[in-house]
Amino acid sequence: MTTLTPSRTRTLSHLDWLEADAIHILREVVGQCANPVLLFSGGKDSICLLRLAEKAFRPAPLPFPLLHIDTGHNYPEVLAFRDERAAELGARLIVRSVEDSIARGSVVLRDPGESRNRHQSVTLLETIEAFGFDACIGGARRDEEKARAKERIMSLRDAFGQWDPKQQRPELWSLYNARTHPGENIRAFPISDWTELDVWQYIRRERLALPSIYFAHYRPVVRVGSRLRPVTPLTPAREEERIETLRVRFRTVGDITCTAPVASEADTLEAIIAETAAATQSERGATRFDDHTSESSMEERKKAGYF
Amino acid sequence: MSSPHAFPEIDDHGLLRFLTCGSVDDGKSTLIGRLLHDTRAILADTLETLAATSRRRGLDGVDLSLLTDGLAAEREQGITIDVAYRYFTTGTRKYIIADAPGHEQYTRNMVTAASNADLAIILIDARRGVQTQTRRHAYLAHLLGIPNLVVAVNKMDLVDHDAEVFARIRRDFLDFAAWLGIEGACFVPISALHGDNVVERGPHLDWYRGPTLVELLECAPSAQGTRPDVFRCPVQYVCRPRDSADPALHDYRGYMGRVESGAIAVGDAVMALPSGRTSRVRDIQIGGVGQPEAGPEQSVTLLLEDALDISRGDLLVRPDQAPAPRRELEAHLCWLAERPLSASRHYLLRHTTREVRARVAAIEHRIDLNALTHQPATELGMNDIARLRLRLAQPIHPDPYASNRATGAFVLIDESTNDTVGAGMIL
Repeated sequence: MTTLTPSRTRTLSHLDWLEADAIHILREVVGQCANPVLLFSGGKDSICLLRLAEKAFRPAPLPFPLLHIDTGHNYPEVLAFRDERAAELGARLIVRSVEDSIARGSVVLRDPGESRNRHQSVTLLETIEAFGFDACIGGARRDEEKARAKERIMSLRDAFGQWDPKQQRPELWSLYNARTHPGENIRAFPISDWTELDVWQYIRRERLALPSIYFAHYRPVVRVGSRLRPVTPLTPAREEERIETLRVRFRTVGDITCTAPVASEADTLEAIIAETAAATQSERGATRFDDHTSESSMEERKKAGYF
Repeated sequence: MSSPHAFPEIDDHGLLRFLTCGSVDDGKSTLIGRLLHDTRAILADTLETLAATSRRRGLDGVDLSLLTDGLAAEREQGITIDVAYRYFTTGTRKYIIADAPGHEQYTRNMVTAASNADLAIILIDARRGVQTQTRRHAYLAHLLGIPNLVVAVNKMDLVDHDAEVFARIRRDFLDFAAWLGIEGACFVPISALHGDNVVERGPHLDWYRGPTLVELLECAPSAQGTRPDVFRCPVQYVCRPRDSADPALHDYRGYMGRVESGAIAVGDAVMALPSGRTSRVRDIQIGGVGQPEAGPEQSVTLLLEDALDISRGDLLVRPDQAPAPRRELEAHLCWLAERPLSASRHYLLRHTTREVRARVAAIEHRIDLNALTHQPATELGMNDIARLRLRLAQPIHPDPYASNRATGAFVLIDESTNDTVGAGMIL
């Protein structure tokens, strides 16, 4: 027998630790839940999540399907990337669209151009119900927003998808409780403890491919306060607005109507990491139009079933 | 890959999780705000929001404590109710702060935050010295087995930076700590408000020659460094890709779990519990790649030479280090739920990845967290901590919590609500 003297000084690098921790959480979801699904949008956080899932279950195929709730307002290159990545892994990709919920009448838009970001929750709940999913694995991070800073790694949602911050289950040690009653589901967040910088460092270390819009590119935009709004068929410039073509990249990718690019020259992962480390604007602050309506807008949306 | 940019290399000292104990009055939120601010983890836009909120509330300057009050319900009451997690990096180490509210009625939050912490910062207001609350926090940190204690004596600016005040608090704390059985602690005089000895040294406390608070965090041993040497790996999931298109995988049987303590190498003998059957490690895979060995906190897949009947909930150990099976447990239990603990009910006990039914055989005493004395009890309410005896429907294979946090801890789940209602530490 090999006698190993365990070294008391061996320290995992922070990325190795975060990876091992996320893998542990993913395996707990699969060990405890009968029918989980992983939310994959083609965005950078879910790209990391997918790699972690791959590493958690190799050499077996993923033990759950992938799900994307498409608002119908996504960048085509991100959707193409989503499809390619799922095909590469031989994973089953389920796509459900807010458009279908609108057709069913379960989502009613006040005006046709409004952001559909918040309506994703309805389509997500309909999909959870249709497939009987008892757990949705997502790439949300606690550093994104202060309501998220207090959410559990395994977070219970009731039959209406609602999060109740006052009734959260205590989460001690690594003893996760993913038990549900019929109709309830668990939202599991394996990269809760990752920061934006960790995500970029992990992408670089794992050499993960990303949709091109994460890297600096030229794009027509208008200035809205301190933020930039991309000029797209969905978000055309108003008459009084001046269109400029700037070199930009996206820090976060989501619904076209509520995510904004930032001015950047960073066209490599190294340059993006350097920018992220020196950033003076938070990820959501610089790039989201929907988090600014009130001091607690994320908390309100989460209570209503938002991811 | 080479890069023209100065690269933030933070791989050297890994990650440290720590807990801050204290109340708003001790300046806990200000301390966290100061740590985040001086390590530049607060970004300009967040700072602007804070400044605007501070102005709206009629405050001079930026109130760093506003950074940590998160939920609308908490803002209404001006207190923190729940554990919040914050992150910063010093360039050499990543930190996760578990920020738990300090009030007595939130004992369960502190216990929750402490369960994963490698270090606790106990905050003392220099004007008030060691208080009931300080003793409660030190007791809980000790009970939860946090390996490193740092006592930060805050508001030194309000006692004229007097070295004698600091020395007296240090003596008081050590007297009390010795009585509890706490082996040692580090002490640092600070002013969170002005930033002295937090990240920067500052000019006011020049009589203090020891490390700053952040220097103490930088050199504290991480969790891997403080775990025991015995190998423990609870099985989370058995990977059997029988349906895979690859015929080589038809007989693949990988036992997936995290090495909670100790280390294991290819060729080592292992025993599966509860069956007691043994085999040898044929391969160790991390992220799907073969490795000669694995150590604490690594998520692994173990392949054995023999096909043992192993499933989720089993524990892999070395044959000569197997913990004994136990159907009766002595434990400290913190009750977390509003509905009191009932001795007539069954609960589900989660130990590592194993679940068994349990009921209370006897409550030996409740601990009065203010006087730190034992009291007789027949019932436990939320935030109570007691020593009790549990009887289990099937045996588990635990270690004493004091020697192994991962394999000495359990939670109780109420099967009617599925809530996590109790947190236990096995004696």
